[in-house]
Amino acid sequence: MDWFPLFNSLRIAAIACVLVFFAGILAAYYVARLNRVVKGILDVVLTLPLVLPPTVVGYFLLLLLGPRRPLGSWLEGTWGLRVAMTWYSGVFAAAVVAFPLMYRTARGAFESFDETLADSAKTLGLSGSYIFWRIRMPACRQGILAGTVLAFARALGEYGATSMIAGYTPGRTATISTTVYQLWRTGDDALAFRWVMVNVAISAVVLLAVNMLERSGGRGR
Amino acid sequence: MSLSVRIRKNLGNFTLDVEFEAGDHVTGLLGASGCGKSMTLRCIAGVLTPDEGHIVLNGVTLFDSKRRINLPPQQRQVGLLFQSYALFPNMTVEQNLTAGLCREKDRSRKKEAVGEMLRRFYLTGLEKHRPAQLSGGQQQRVALARILLSRPKLLLLDEPFSALDGYLRWELELELSERLREFGGPVLLVSHSRDEVSRLCSHVCVISEGHAEPCIAVRQLFEAPPTRAAALLSGCKNYSLAAKAGQTKVEAKDWGTVLECGRPVPDDVRYLGARSHYFYLAGEAGENRMECVVTRLIDNVFSTVVMVRPADGEIMESGDRRQPRIRLELSKEEAASLREGQRLFVGIAPRDILLFMS
Repeated sequence: MDWFPLFNSLRIAAIACVLVFFAGILAAYYVARLNRVVKGILDVVLTLPLVLPPTVVGYFLLLLLGPRRPLGSWLEGTWGLRVAMTWYSGVFAAAVVAFPLMYRTARGAFESFDETLADSAKTLGLSGSYIFWRIRMPACRQGILAGTVLAFARALGEYGATSMIAGYTPGRTATISTTVYQLWRTGDDALAFRWVMVNVAISAVVLLAVNMLERSGGRGR
Repeated sequence: MSLSVRIRKNLGNFTLDVEFEAGDHVTGLLGASGCGKSMTLRCIAGVLTPDEGHIVLNGVTLFDSKRRINLPPQQRQVGLLFQSYALFPNMTVEQNLTAGLCREKDRSRKKEAVGEMLRRFYLTGLEKHRPAQLSGGQQQRVALARILLSRPKLLLLDEPFSALDGYLRWELELELSERLREFGGPVLLVSHSRDEVSRLCSHVCVISEGHAEPCIAVRQLFEAPPTRAAALLSGCKNYSLAAKAGQTKVEAKDWGTVLECGRPVPDDVRYLGARSHYFYLAGEAGENRMECVVTRLIDNVFSTVVMVRPADGEIMESGDRRQPRIRLELSKEEAASLREGQRLFVGIAPRDILLFMS
């Protein structure tokens, strides 16, 4: 059995997860402090990838990054960076689809943060960055961790957008989910089943991790 | 005067408009819930920005809307003790205290100062505990110690006892009054309890519906409250519309009688008030005595509340808020012989009648 799809899936999910971690927290932190109207609009835009069919997200990505599109051809022309049909195209797909999960969980955590803690820290003379890293982030730790795990899980399972922008090239862009589909299509049910089991195992571990985080969150307060 | 405050802030359903000065003593901000007391503290501490006005502490302007000065809370050196104490839940007691010392850079001196605070506040042994593991009283001590470590020039306390129950509250009040005396600088204490204010403060500023009255000595609040709002907050329960009826006489319109005040009555008197435990029972008619009918007897733990209405007044349906009622508080022995429906004379001494222009 060629383990490349597992390696590729983990690599894509891990990089996407790191990107989404920072982008999601940043977006959540700023959106949580906006007024209701702007918040409502931004919220729709930022959550859209969660509810749109992944193929629609893939379509948008191709529209943006495809080799004959302005951004895609500019990237390829000036940087020699081919962003479609390579393994790292999968990172874009996974990141866009996983972003709303990180953003929403982190925003929920920031919104339930007790602002009097930040206020009292200010009156004690503590700086804004101290308050963010030493008080706000630890207080919202559970939500942020849960969001990260969920985002990772979603990135790992990405199929629709990935198949459109990265395609399926064995040994180059194949991920677990695209491999399962290809194997089943070509009638290799036994191998497909083995990949299915690998996927189930990873998902189970992720869900277990989320549950444990939620439980320790209840005890910490 | 070490603190001078004049702020206006629109809070949607009402406008906060307070103006007062406070010296190096404990000043109570007394008002009903939701009258803007906590907002005032937040504005002074700088975590909320008023629409206009100025805040000056010991000659330093913290806020001035005209001169566009608005120091961030970090630079104001104003300590604010929140109602919930606002301890950082992810930090131990020791770390919480150290957070208050962020202006001190020397590590060994930090450690020393924290150690001393732990001793002074009876927190030794709790260094490694987290706030959730502490009792309400211990949490308050940690919060106050943390604030004192940040060396504030002004101390603001927002209902410091609201999170505690009865007995503990009393214990901590004694302790807090000691600590406030040690502090020496100006202190503002927000409270809705006249008892708390009378025990902890030397001066008081009454706030009602977002508006502050001038600061007065606490004794004056109880002996001669300047307004009806102040009298209400000081615990006075009986009021009547009033009009001048002579050099030293006032007509109590709701009670249908004229009372002698023993002092000149101002021309523009609008209300009069009388505290329920200053009324006395009398056998016969006389000056400042009203014939009344007992409508209800209510037993308190150590006294009896007697509700009466003027005998010749109109009787309204029960529950009608316009029904003139007088509330007396008598000792159990005095009230033992009283029955509902009984007629009696109720008297009040001239000096116990409070007169208000507003």
